[in-house]
Amino acid sequence: MTYLSKSPWILHYDATSCNGCDIEVLASLTPMYDVERFGIINTGNPKHADIFVITGSVNEQNREVVRNLYEQMPNPKVVVAVGICACSGGVFRECYNVAGGIDKIIPVDVYVPGCAARPESIIDGIVTALGILEGKRKAPQSGATEQQPVELQQGGGAQ
Amino acid sequence: MISLVGVVAFILLAPVIGGLIAGIDRKITAHMQGRVGPPILQPFYDVGKLFEKEKTVANDTQRFYAISYFIFMIFTGALFFAGGDILLVIFALTLAQIFLVLGAYSANSPYSHIGAERELIQIMAYEPMIIIAAVGMYVVTKSFNIGTIASYPQPLVLFLPGIFAGFIYILTIKLRKSPFDISTSHHAHQEIVKGVTTEFSGPTLGLIEVTHWYETVFLLGFVYLFFAFSPLIGIIAVILVYLLELLIDNASARVKWQLVMKSSWVIAALVGGVNLAVLYYLGVG
Repeated sequence: MTYLSKSPWILHYDATSCNGCDIEVLASLTPMYDVERFGIINTGNPKHADIFVITGSVNEQNREVVRNLYEQMPNPKVVVAVGICACSGGVFRECYNVAGGIDKIIPVDVYVPGCAARPESIIDGIVTALGILEGKRKAPQSGATEQQPVELQQGGGAQ
Repeated sequence: MISLVGVVAFILLAPVIGGLIAGIDRKITAHMQGRVGPPILQPFYDVGKLFEKEKTVANDTQRFYAISYFIFMIFTGALFFAGGDILLVIFALTLAQIFLVLGAYSANSPYSHIGAERELIQIMAYEPMIIIAAVGMYVVTKSFNIGTIASYPQPLVLFLPGIFAGFIYILTIKLRKSPFDISTSHHAHQEIVKGVTTEFSGPTLGLIEVTHWYETVFLLGFVYLFFAFSPLIGIIAVILVYLLELLIDNASARVKWQLVMKSSWVIAALVGGVNLAVLYYLGVG
């Protein structure tokens, strides 16, 4: 019996995002989409969180913050990169001041593209992350991600 | 006159009832906000999940304090439902709460410390009203023994309407509901991260959740005491009081700690004091 996938608590962090994706992440919590149906709660505290939802291309200022937040989360945990900036750096990829994607800093499990990512695809990404979370619980020794990261197509649905 | 049945029933049933209350609470809250809401059993999934997580503690004393909080809250509720001394119950409740504060202070985190300070403010805010409630029950029934108070033939609420209203007021603090959820809250974001529970994670946080279920059942038992003359009316009153708390929770925003502190003491002094004075002049007890 497992409860992990029935009660995923989210930590949401904005790493140099333009706020577009952040607003869509928060839109998922509104009565329109209501992710609490799935037991998803936005905790705002890394020590309570299971899923790290992160937006933006990460600049030099918050590189350490991202790593710190990731390390404070107790295992098992998954990382969902929301928006094309978080996936690859997007239009800011070549900029001198950005890392160009979350996976340059911490291991990412699910990529949700889009500019901005739609609430439907964010929810799809988080639900995909639940399966990976379950896999990590069964193989707790794997510190970094062993599964292949999942890339979502725009408009939802895993590849 | 300690009833062992009450003790065993409380220890076994309170987490089940408390968890269900928490689940129904979240469902009704969601409906009030126009959402579907999580399943009724969601609090059990949450706690099950927390016990599946990695054991990370800030330090060993933190876990000790969390376990002490758990044990003394069970002691409080067990003593209450066994029909023990109401003053001892109140002191045990305070002790349990202090262990939570110490647990939050033991971690080196500013959010945790602010949460602990606010928890202390909450304790100071609600304590006078709880003591006045116990004194009021003593004035009417001539006993601090909960068994005797519960078997009093007339409805206590008729003698203690002011004290009952004051108790409902501080119940909002105890159940961690808005507008008085200043130290931590079950809702999403707030300005001090998760306040007093910030540094607790995994199984330790699960233990604190279960403790909160025990606490809820104990507090609702205290509400029942005002209506103990008739079990049916008592249970209906408890349900109505909880629904009222939910309505207040969803209809109000969090206030500053100064207002929590001042208003709780003013209300305790006003309704509690006037109620006791009226009882004295009417010659009750």
